[in-house]
Amino acid sequence: MRFFSVNDFLFILAATRWTILLSLLAFALGGLLGVLVAVLRIARFAPVRLAAAGYIQLFQGTPLLMQLFLIYYGLSLFGWRLDAWTAVTIAYTIYAAAFLGDIWRGCLQAIPKEQWEAGRALAIPYLPQLFLIILPQAIRIAIPPTVGFMVQLVKATAVASIIGFVELTRAGQLMTNATFQPMVVYPIVAGLYFALCWPLSVWSQRLETQMQVENASGRRK
Amino acid sequence: MTYVFQFGIVFDQLPLLLEGALLTIRLAATAMVFGLAVAVMCAYLRTSGPKPVRVLVAAYVEGIRNTPFLVQLYIIYFSLPALGIRFEANQAAVVAMVVSFGAYATEIVRAGVQSVPVGQVEVGLALGLKRFQIYRLIVLFPALKAVFPALASQFILLLLGSSVVSAISANELTAVANSLQSTTFRAFEVYIVATVMYLTIAVAFRGFFAALYWIVFVRGRER
Repeated sequence: MRFFSVNDFLFILAATRWTILLSLLAFALGGLLGVLVAVLRIARFAPVRLAAAGYIQLFQGTPLLMQLFLIYYGLSLFGWRLDAWTAVTIAYTIYAAAFLGDIWRGCLQAIPKEQWEAGRALAIPYLPQLFLIILPQAIRIAIPPTVGFMVQLVKATAVASIIGFVELTRAGQLMTNATFQPMVVYPIVAGLYFALCWPLSVWSQRLETQMQVENASGRRK
Repeated sequence: MTYVFQFGIVFDQLPLLLEGALLTIRLAATAMVFGLAVAVMCAYLRTSGPKPVRVLVAAYVEGIRNTPFLVQLYIIYFSLPALGIRFEANQAAVVAMVVSFGAYATEIVRAGVQSVPVGQVEVGLALGLKRFQIYRLIVLFPALKAVFPALASQFILLLLGSSVVSAISANELTAVANSLQSTTFRAFEVYIVATVMYLTIAVAFRGFFAALYWIVFVRGRER
């Protein structure tokens, strides 16, 4: 048995970059897919709307771990040999898109109906209405909950350790196995997650209060 | 390459999976009851306790909300034995779920408490009630009513999040699915069936909460 040394700490610290990278990838790709989900979720054509709602329900109503297993084992059955990075990125993209799509749907619907009607009165077609009138206003109210979801996403990446993907939590497990000092290792791992998430949480709360103050002071409606 | 689905082998083992699903429900329901009790207490301490207690509760809530559930689970199951606190896998799972759900629910209940008009608290003070009596008799009910939907969604997250307790060999639905796929080599089919079970449980609980809301808050006290 050996003691937990500075090198062990550096190993865990270095693994934090994979947590960050996976979170960023999932956020970027999931965000792109999420915009599509949100827009389809409020489409005028009912089947499209229902399909988007079904997508959100399905991925918000099942455990992330199951989604990971299904993608990891499932896709390889169909002959696609996926490396861990691809499988995990796909799974987290799909997961993030379901949650972001739902959050952004709410923000799009929070824009008063009159804004759509004004666009229609000016004979602006649907897509320019959506992208030039509604979206710019919706983005403002979407920022605080989106930052809040980033916290959830960073925490969710810990689940990837269960299928053997080496990130912060998995690095902690490896170090525990090497040093037999879970009492030291896991609190450090938790501390590193806290260091990632806490600033985002504070930022999200601050944005939210700011917006409430702006709304209350009546600067913008 | 074509793949032939064979669900038969999974359906033969359905009783095992159902047993796992039952344990998942039991774990989540237990965690909800105790977690809610923790939350109701902590929300009171967070708003009206003495300063050091308020800071302590805030640290608990923020500490839990900004770290992954899986790591909390590992700390409880793997780290605490070093301090002489030992749990079986299923016990550790429940404890972790209570601690985690308690923190999220504290923040939700606190929002509800703050949504109750100050006038109501003043009425309590005018009637000579003590602070905790005001909380218990006047504030708590409308506060819980206001945040009920948020609590219900948080419970669904708890339920789905409980699948990661399979990582410490608690034998709930995911763990059963894992052991089945390693004996049948039908990973995809096993996980599809388990996923459908989770979805069913989640949908059923949403319905249950809608009914509960109606029974407790709409029909129960019309005023």
